[in-house]
Formats: sequence, C-alpha cells, structure tokens
Amino acid sequence: MLKKRKSSKDRVSTEINAGSMADIAFLLLIFFLVTTTIEVDKGILVRLPPWSDEPPITAKLAKKNILSVLVNANNQLLVRGEEMDVENLKDKVIEFITNPQSNPEYPDTPNDAIVSLQNDRGTNYKTYLTVYNELQSAYMELRNGESSKLFGTLFDNLTIDQKKKVIEKYPMKLSEADPTSYGEENAE
Amino acid sequence: MSKFSSKRGKDEPAISTASLPDIIFMLLFFFMMVTVLRDATVKVEVIVPEATELTKLEKKSLVNYIYIGKPKDRADQIKYGTAPRIQLGDKFATPGEIPLFIEQHRVTVPEVQRPQITSSLRVDGNVTMGIVYDVKEELRKAGQLKINYSARPKVD
Repeated sequence: MLKKRKSSKDRVSTEINAGSMADIAFLLLIFFLVTTTIEVDKGILVRLPPWSDEPPITAKLAKKNILSVLVNANNQLLVRGEEMDVENLKDKVIEFITNPQSNPEYPDTPNDAIVSLQNDRGTNYKTYLTVYNELQSAYMELRNGESSKLFGTLFDNLTIDQKKKVIEKYPMKLSEADPTSYGEENAE
Repeated sequence: MSKFSSKRGKDEPAISTASLPDIIFMLLFFFMMVTVLRDATVKVEVIVPEATELTKLEKKSLVNYIYIGKPKDRADQIKYGTAPRIQLGDKFATPGEIPLFIEQHRVTVPEVQRPQITSSLRVDGNVTMGIVYDVKEELRKAGQLKINYSARPKVD
C-alpha cells in the first residue's frame, strides 16, 4: 500500500492542462468588448437656415419680444444694452422667456420670445460656443420643467409626439445675425 | 516531512506555452476592434471647447469632418503661416472648396440617408469667428444644414 503511493509521487509530473486557456481568453475578449466604449464624437447639434440670395425680410417685430445678445471681439457680452457675464446669461434668458412677473418689457408668451445672437468676426470660438451652449441649456431647462409637469419625466425620455408638444410650448427661436467686423481677426 | 524534501529534488514541470498565441491573437483582435480608423491625419491644432448640451453623433459614415485651427507642423507653418486654416480630408483648403468636399462625401451615402448627413466642425477654441462664419456660409450654400459644433463634456 505504502509502496504504491510513493511510486505515483515519483512520476514526472504531467503538464498543466491548457485546454481551458482558450475559454478564459474568449471570456476576457468578450468582457473587454462589452465594457469598452469607443470614443464618440460629441457636440452641439445646430440646424442652419437655408441659403437664399435675397436679403432677409426685415419684419417689424415688437421690441419687447427680442432679446438681443451681442458678443464683441473682446469676448464681452451685451444683453439688451447691458453688460453681462456668461454665467448670468442662462437665468436672464429663462426670465425673458417665461416672464414670471408679466413685465411689459418682456414677451407675453414664450412662443413670442426670440433670441437674437450676433457676434463679431474677432470673437473667440470658445466664447461663442459657451454663449450658444448657455442659450440652449436655458431652453433645455424650460423644456425639462414642462415635460416633467406634463409627463413626469425628462425631455430626453419622451416620445416624438410628446416632444413636439413640449417644443410647441417652448419653441427655440434663435436668430443669428451676420457678424460685425469691428475687431481684430487672426485669419490671414 | 519526507514528502516535501522528495518533491524539491525533482525537476519543475515546464509551463505550457501552447495558449500564448491565443492570448496574442486575443489582444490583436481587441485592439483591432477598439481602434477607430481615422481617414485623415489632423494637420491643424484643434482643442475643442467645453460644453454641457451635447449630442452624440451616431453613424460615422454619415459624418464629414471640417477642421479649423493653426497648422501643427513647422513646415506647414512656414508654408501657410500661423493663421487658422481649414482642413478638409487630409489637406488644407479654402472656404470655396467646401461645397465640392460636401458633394464628394454625399455621393458615397445611399440616397435615403442623405438628409441625415452631419458636418462636424472641429474648431479650436482660440480661433476667431470670422473663418467659422465663412465656413458656415459655404455650408449653407452647399445645402448642408445639419452641423455639429464638436465639444468636450464639461468637467467641474
């Protein structure tokens, strides 16, 4: 009995079974495939107005319906003739659209509100995008508020029909005027 | 006690390397899968600004890229100057060449998907708006109205 046991220990040990290695490898492969997110391009989606050769129709719009936002070549902001920081722009836009105090200087309904954005050829792209982002985020906040009131969820989770309803309430009317060219430009 | 001493005297078994190729292949496939093939090397310096209201661009084949920034290489800087330039595909371009570039991309896309084509503007934050405006005007003329200002998510 004892002798037999010893002989089995003495044998040259067998190689490690590598048959399951492939399974482990595949498991790892699948794990990485599932968990890795390929870097995607993200950005602010914008729809440009169609090109037309005729000069734009300068319809008479009530002054109280327009919030003019000017950005100059020094990246300073002028909102309705007042200097402003970018941080305060969002609150100002929301106040302008909703008009909670029924200010006669502001539009009667959110549907009438038009934001007019004009920049200079010398404005930094970074500043322009920050301003644009603030304007869009103001509308997004209003739409989110409206959609949680109506449907109890955020705007992004709505169906297309529900989205239409919310957009009807807060349509984003953003007009971009041709840029001025007072400032220094570093292109050519 | 004798059990241990007897084992130590023996030859150690060689670890099988039969699965090593498998692992290497696995790594290879992994990197092949995650690597995004860029169709053009970016010759201009682009650090896109930060923003919060971001949308993902889904289909890569429906996106064309327009880069605007300062030339990166010293040789290009001597040739074209250090002012911001437009890059279409793999070469520098003027705003006037944009409609042709858009059209060349458009013909590669099936007709039903053409309205979904997006132009991604990858513009450096320090570029002034003049050149960006010129590009936007050309895009409007070319009928390419869906554009995307490429941006990084904001980190607080």
